[in-house]
Amino acid sequence: MRAVITVIGKDMVGILAGVSGICAESGANVTDVTQSVLQDLFAMIMMVEISDSKTTFHDFREKLTQYGEDKGLSVHIMHDDIFNSMHRI
Amino acid sequence: MINTKDILETIQMIQDEHLDIRTITMGISLLDCSREDTSAACTAVYDKICRSAEKLVSTGEEIEREYGIPIINKRISVTPMALISAASKGSPVEFAKAMDSAAAATGVNFIGGYSALVHKGFGPKDERFIDSIPEALAETSLVCSSVNVGSTKAGINMDAVAKMGGIVKRCAELTADNRSFGAAKLVIFCNAPEDNPFMAGAFHGVGEPDCVINVGVSGPGVVRAALSKAPEANITEVADIVKKTAFKITRMGQLVAREASRRLGVPFGIVDLSLAPTPAVGDSVAYILEEMGLEKCGAHGTTACLALLNDAVKKGGVMASSHVGGLSGAFIPVSEDAGMIEAARCGALTLSKLEAMTAVCSVGLDMIVIPGDTSADIISAILADEAAIGMINGKTTAIRLIPAVGAKVGDELDFGGLFGSGPVMEVGGYSPSKFISRGGRIPAPIHSLKN
Repeated sequence: MRAVITVIGKDMVGILAGVSGICAESGANVTDVTQSVLQDLFAMIMMVEISDSKTTFHDFREKLTQYGEDKGLSVHIMHDDIFNSMHRI
Repeated sequence: MINTKDILETIQMIQDEHLDIRTITMGISLLDCSREDTSAACTAVYDKICRSAEKLVSTGEEIEREYGIPIINKRISVTPMALISAASKGSPVEFAKAMDSAAAATGVNFIGGYSALVHKGFGPKDERFIDSIPEALAETSLVCSSVNVGSTKAGINMDAVAKMGGIVKRCAELTADNRSFGAAKLVIFCNAPEDNPFMAGAFHGVGEPDCVINVGVSGPGVVRAALSKAPEANITEVADIVKKTAFKITRMGQLVAREASRRLGVPFGIVDLSLAPTPAVGDSVAYILEEMGLEKCGAHGTTACLALLNDAVKKGGVMASSHVGGLSGAFIPVSEDAGMIEAARCGALTLSKLEAMTAVCSVGLDMIVIPGDTSADIISAILADEAAIGMINGKTTAIRLIPAVGAKVGDELDFGGLFGSGPVMEVGGYSPSKFISRGGRIPAPIHSLKN
């Protein structure tokens, strides 16, 4: 299954490293990343393949949410089917 | 890769604009549960519901977690219980208790189907069943009830209409110590749909399969947010924006419905396209109408705005789902909609304006608190008016009125949760008693010479 991770919040050093570190730990393969910094607002969208992941989707999500809470960022992970069905005919 | 803007738009819809799946409702046929012995029938009802819906809640939660979409309610609808209980000699209330226990055991939020279909007439068993509704609703907590008193093909059963006024009052009286909440769990329909996933009017029609998954979407907040980004748009563009937004909302409903159906191994029935408000600020149908340019919901122009909204939601939604059904349209439940509550409180929204609005939108006079001393005949007459609008226009209409014991115009009643709170609204004072006491049937309408 493919999932989309979004991270939004105040820019700081190490966000990309932090999130991709969690992906690596959990065995989620990052397939694409886009990020932008507008003034000091950081926004990143990361596509990950988690079919061969070592942890369950639930635990992976918990880890990401915890990371977001620790750093004061808004971190979400959602199944990519949601975006495909909402925005493509 | 999916467009960044689209991804952020979806996240914003869910995080800030209250986009959610309002309900996954499993329809279960109980036609094979009729028994002569009441307790054997109740056991069969309980067992079949528990067996069929065993994994409904856990599957709903699993989808919610995996897809990141809030699924607010998981519910069950069953075959109209009047049909099942008719074979048994014992009290129909026992069946309501069996439904309630099964709902508690499966962990669902509500169970609908303590219902009777009497649009063309009723037999002694139907009357006995309808008489049991107030007690059934007072003695259970999760059971919802509905009665269909009219249809475009059959006309309106005025004997049933006359009876239901008293039943609504009795529901309120038996639950007087709980804000007359019993009446909020009873819906009286004209043209009741057989696949509606929304409460309190959900039941599983006799033409439905043994078990089916129906999904109701929500999202008034999303529509309003989309409109607020186009303050200068003309009405054609407004309709287009609503259509596009409804498409996206419904696609999400379709995805969840398909996934739930696959995981539960139960056929997918329909997606109900309704815009269902909640008392949360920002999740209101009234605010959409105000965003279109009305100072307050209930102002002149409200019916036109609502007609546009209702039609555009259907046009956008139909394309997004393979099967659309249920009530599909904009709901206007007064106590469940922050904007409606406000408009009713300041006097902009009256019962007569709401009646006009029901001619162009989904359902009818919904979740309206009226004075406790309103007579049964007046409630029956309000029902007759609503049923007539539904019968003539070939659409579903309904009433869910709460004649709150002890409440007077200007008081407020707080039901809590999704049921919200509402000001007590004024009803007309002149008597319709002679008309209601006549009984009989309003004949089915003619379908040509449309004027």
